[in-house]
Formats: sequence, C-alpha cells, structure tokens
Amino acid sequence: MKRSLAPAITLALALAAALPITASAHKAWLMPSQTVVAGEAPWITVDAAVSNDLFYFNHVPLRLDNVAVVAPDGSKVETQNGATGKYRSVFDVQLQQEGTYRIGVTNHYLTARYDDNGKPKRWRGTAETFASEVPKDAKDLEVGESVSRVQTFVTKGSPSDTVLKPEGVGLELVPVTHPNDLFAGEEATFRFQVDGKPAAGLEIEIVRGGTRYRNAQDEIKATTDANGEFKVTWPDAGMYWLETSTQDDKVSMPQAKQRRLGYVATLEVLPQ
Amino acid sequence: MRVQLTIALSGLLAMPAYAAQFEVDVQIPQMNVAEYHRPYVAVWIEGAGNKSVADLAVWYQNKDTKEGHGTKWLPDLRQWWRRSGRTLDLPVDGVTGPTRPAGEHALAFDTSDPRLAKLAPGEYTLVVEAVREVGGRELLKIPFTWPATASQSGKAQGKTELGAVALTITP
Repeated sequence: MKRSLAPAITLALALAAALPITASAHKAWLMPSQTVVAGEAPWITVDAAVSNDLFYFNHVPLRLDNVAVVAPDGSKVETQNGATGKYRSVFDVQLQQEGTYRIGVTNHYLTARYDDNGKPKRWRGTAETFASEVPKDAKDLEVGESVSRVQTFVTKGSPSDTVLKPEGVGLELVPVTHPNDLFAGEEATFRFQVDGKPAAGLEIEIVRGGTRYRNAQDEIKATTDANGEFKVTWPDAGMYWLETSTQDDKVSMPQAKQRRLGYVATLEVLPQ
Repeated sequence: MRVQLTIALSGLLAMPAYAAQFEVDVQIPQMNVAEYHRPYVAVWIEGAGNKSVADLAVWYQNKDTKEGHGTKWLPDLRQWWRRSGRTLDLPVDGVTGPTRPAGEHALAFDTSDPRLAKLAPGEYTLVVEAVREVGGRELLKIPFTWPATASQSGKAQGKTELGAVALTITP
C-alpha cells in the first residue's frame, strides 16, 4: 500500500512544483495609454493584466494592491480611478511634473508547499503571516521567497533619470538607453542587476504586442554579458514586453531556502 | 509664356530680399478628406548625428484647451519632439505659431539671424516634419553646407502630408 502511494505523492508534488511555472508562463503586464506625453498636467491611463496574448485581456487582472507610481523627483504619486474587473485592472495617473515616471508593481512574498494529510498544499503570504497560517509541523515543507517586478515608464517632456536608479533589491532593469527614447531600427542597451550587482547570463525574452494577429510569437532572445548588459535592435515600432527571471538562495526572509526573482517591463518603440 | 512669367515674378520677389537670405518654402497640400485639420509642422536644422541645432518654425494649435494649449499632441511630431521639442519651454518667441492652411508658405530668415549666425561651418540638414490629426505624418530632409559661399538650393517632394519643400540660400 505504502509503496503504491509513494509514486502518487511524488506525482502530486511534481505537479504542484510545475504549477508556479505554468502560472509564470502567463504574461503579466502594465500597459500605459502612451509613454511620450506633453501638456500642462496630462493624464494617462494604464491597463494591468496577466494574459496569454500581448496585450489582450484574457486571463486574470493584475491586482493593484502593490502598484506604485514614482514621479520624476522621486516622490510617490497616488493612482486614481482604480478598478479591477474580470480580466484587467485599470487606473489613471496625472503627470504634474516634467520628466520620467516609473509605474510598477513589486511583489515580495513567501511561498510554501507542503503535504497536508496527503494533499499537496500551496500557500502564499508574508513573513508575518507565515507563522500563523502555515502549520509548524507541516510535512515536506518547502519555503521560497519571491521578488518580482512589473514595470513601465512614461515621460512628460524631457526624459529624466531619477526613477531609473535601482533600489538594490532583487532583479532590476537599469536602462542604459532611456526607456522612453526607443525607436525602430535603433539599438538599445539595458543592464540587469540582482541586489545591485550586474546579473550575467540572464536570458531575456522580448515579444512585440499584437500577438493575436500573427502566427508566431516572434520573440527576440538575448543573454546578458558579464556586465549584466544586453543589446537589442528594435525591428518594428510597437509596444514590447520584456521578461527575465532567475533564482538564487540569497533569501531575506529567514523561513525561505530559495529565492525566485522576476522582472517584466512594457516598453514602447516609436517609428522613425 | 506662363513659365517665363513665373520666372520673371520670382525674380521680382527675390529682388527686395536682403543680400544674404535663408529661405524655406513649405507647401501644405490640399486634402480631399472627410475630416480635415491643419497639420502641425516643424521646421528645424540638424547637425551631425541628427542633433537639432536650430528651430526655425513650429506650427501647432495655440488655442487654450483643457489639455494644455494644444501642446498635448506635439509629441506626434515625433522626430522634432525627440530632437528638440521635449526640451523646450513652449511657446517660443519667433519660432512657434498657429497652424497654417493648405497652400505655400515662404519662411525667410536673414543669415544674421542668431539661429543661423551661430552655426559652426559644416554640413547640415534642413528637416520639415508634418503630422495631421486623424491623418498621417511625413518628414522631408534637404542637406546644405553652411555658411554658403555660393547660392545653394535644394528640393524635396512630399507624397502625403507635405507638398514641395524647397531651400534657397543666397549668400
């Protein structure tokens, strides 16, 4: 009996292990109504969703709990008119200052997997809720930490650099070419950092929007060099989704053994 | 006969001009469309590496609107916005002005105009960009050498949002 059950549990655990990967195969994104803006105090509106197709709403909304908008002077801007529907969230941002804004969702949480009386159980929460929600004697407990960012950039007037400075935690994009100065046919350079240090050997995937109306993803692949840098020459104008992820064991939450790091940016490339 | 007359007339027009002139002729074509708005137009000079060195004219909707004095749509003049517009405090005296109707528009600058006089000797490009609400966008370039030691002229022919664009430099 025991011998026949073991493979079943192994299979269940394997499936549970596969689930987060399946979930991350969906694409999370923020989609600003425009990225190059002018005017006195113009508004932009931003869609936030997790989907299969770029940039269409067909899976689940991206929750707005951790949305943060940083103004060119580094101050925080409140989003307005936020709403979450079945397939997408939406919010507005008024751009009062000249320069570049960073709009982003940063999720920093703990995940746990354990065997709950023969059933695989998955949990997600914070270091604080871990103690009360995950049984102390949980069997086959595996705890991981996750830091993921979903970002986009919008510039009113002249591009500025304040919001591009990395925070030094987790996986971050450090643009060398300004993210609101991207044009078709031109080469752009970006750097990735993990905890403020260059992240070499990261695999970058870049996909242009409008996937519903073509038969292939047409993804652009790149790998970061020793300086954490990679270059891309934009083949066409459009909204692009850029994603990369990695993992290590440099956890900041003591319960975790492993740390997953993810980064997504939506970048607009303009025609010449 | 008509050709001769045109030559004679243009000769007359050139006569009262100052000896040293930088003249740009921009034709905004007549459109047969259901919804027409006058285009936003930018005329500027680029040096090496597409760097903007002088804004000669920018025509956009100067009317006060909720969305910021018509400046909201200025980034649609994509290249001008990137090269120069986004760093300017608008409006700019002697550069920005209201949109203009279809027809031919002659812009004449004295070569002593500080925007031209300050240019270091070298190769430059005159750039004319036009973009129309619910319409298209077009950009034309005419290279020239500065300062002109002899008369220079260049032409570019637009296909959609611009008609003929001409540059004449008389030293």
